[in-house]
Amino acid sequence: MPHTAVADADSGLSPAQLAARHGLGVAGERPTLAAYTRQLWSYRHFIAAYANAKLVAAFSTARLGQLWQVLTPLTNAAVYYLIFGVILNTKGTIPNFIAYLCVGLFVFNFTQTVVLGGVQSISGNLGLIRALHFPRGCLPIAVTLTQFQHLISAMVVLVGIVLVSGEPLTFEWLLVLPALLLQSIFNAGLALAMARLGAKMTDLKQVLPFVMRTWMYGSGVLYSVDNFSKHLPEAAVVIVHANPLLIYIELVRHALMEEVILTSSAWQLWLMGTAWALLVGIGGFVYFWRGEREYGRG
Amino acid sequence: MAELDALQNGGTAVDTAERIPTVVADDVHLIYRVHGGGTGAVTPVAALKRLVSRTPAPNIREVHAVKGVTFTAYRGEAIGLIGSNGSGKSTLLRAIAGLMPVNRGAIYTQGQPSLLGVNAALLNDLSGERNVALGCLAMGMTPEDVRKVTPEIIEFSGINERGDFSSLPMRTYSSGMAARLRFAIAAAKKHDVLLIDEALATGDARFRRRSEQRVRELRASAGTVFLVSHSISSIRDTCERTIWLESGVIRADGPTRDVVAEYEGYMRK
Repeated sequence: MPHTAVADADSGLSPAQLAARHGLGVAGERPTLAAYTRQLWSYRHFIAAYANAKLVAAFSTARLGQLWQVLTPLTNAAVYYLIFGVILNTKGTIPNFIAYLCVGLFVFNFTQTVVLGGVQSISGNLGLIRALHFPRGCLPIAVTLTQFQHLISAMVVLVGIVLVSGEPLTFEWLLVLPALLLQSIFNAGLALAMARLGAKMTDLKQVLPFVMRTWMYGSGVLYSVDNFSKHLPEAAVVIVHANPLLIYIELVRHALMEEVILTSSAWQLWLMGTAWALLVGIGGFVYFWRGEREYGRG
Repeated sequence: MAELDALQNGGTAVDTAERIPTVVADDVHLIYRVHGGGTGAVTPVAALKRLVSRTPAPNIREVHAVKGVTFTAYRGEAIGLIGSNGSGKSTLLRAIAGLMPVNRGAIYTQGQPSLLGVNAALLNDLSGERNVALGCLAMGMTPEDVRKVTPEIIEFSGINERGDFSSLPMRTYSSGMAARLRFAIAAAKKHDVLLIDEALATGDARFRRRSEQRVRELRASAGTVFLVSHSISSIRDTCERTIWLESGVIRADGPTRDVVAEYEGYMRK
């Protein structure tokens, strides 16, 4: 097998020595966690542009276009109100059921869409990943950002609904901002973790909708989780109350609504919400980084 | 050894004509697994049976695509990769780009090589202009740079020659137009190592001439270019060195004229 045709000063060295001498790196090596974080920061413009592009592309083939950003949450709320509020009449025990339901739906929907988008953020973008080099963490983070923009329009709808339903506008409403910020960090971590899992386990995409539906029924979106404590043992109730989505939903309800019955005290909710955000946010990021080499391979 | 140290530390002692390697492949073996395309039964019952009996799916097969390839590429070189279909050319490029794990041996590279392939998909629902911006940002440019180079890229790709296509979604483009835009985006940045996989094949003759000119410019700006192509004439025009791969093994590596002559003789058989 003929090697390089031309001999030079390096000819006595083995390929590995030659590479080391000129400072060449191994192809596709994983950066350190700190370097990776810096890389991601330097790609912030790409993340923003990508998230924005996805937002524009989402409704580009629909005639009503971006109007669907508002129509989707409204229709969603209408369907659940019809079934649970009017037909099954669960609203009997809950004051201001329509506001209660909409907060739950919109906050839960934020996490649900991030998880479903995150799991496909690597496997659905293989073309982009194989063509261009950028820190792959950009993709799941962009998914979170896109859904955050959807959430903002849903929040505008929500504020309208809550005001119409008779809640007064108070300074407590400002607490919505930190609550959604914590949820966003939580979601970003979840999207990163899901992206790595979804890149390897292609069946996950089929299973997740069922997992998310189960999670929704356990998060007090449509009814109060107090119903559970009547049927479940003490230990299970603790788990139900530690559910991060229940916590974020209750934090937003607490901020927007006057008479809402919380499952834990407000400061406990804030504490658990922060803990979940840090745990899942950092954990998801580290977990995703550890797989950085594998994405788009094989 | 002392001389070597002097070279590393002193710097001044180094011959200015010394060639700097950018890609070093050391006895590289590449094996990839192919999913699907098998002949096994694809019914749910068959899938369940495989799960229970723990046999791997019959449609996963291993292909030993590259078997012990060693070469060194230097700065300022344009290297053509030729060989019949399935000889492992594209697989080798993907490994150099760091997109495929090496099963044995090692590949060392200067900086981050960029692979430009025919299937490098951008976002089809977005306009060409937005794709340009996204692609440039993904290559690590700043927003100011992107604003500056966007008109140049559109101009170079020539997609606006038949009207204002740059503001239409990419799904409305012909395959040749999309390939031209992709090449224009990737060529907008200076790369240490640029790997081109058949990407020039889809364009028309005029674009091919322009892109070959661009490849020469990239080379002149101290980069290394690898070009996979079945068009011998474009290899002849752009590369002075050629590696001929056959069944995953290097058959010849040397000046393009000699290697191509040998290759053409082999293909005529």
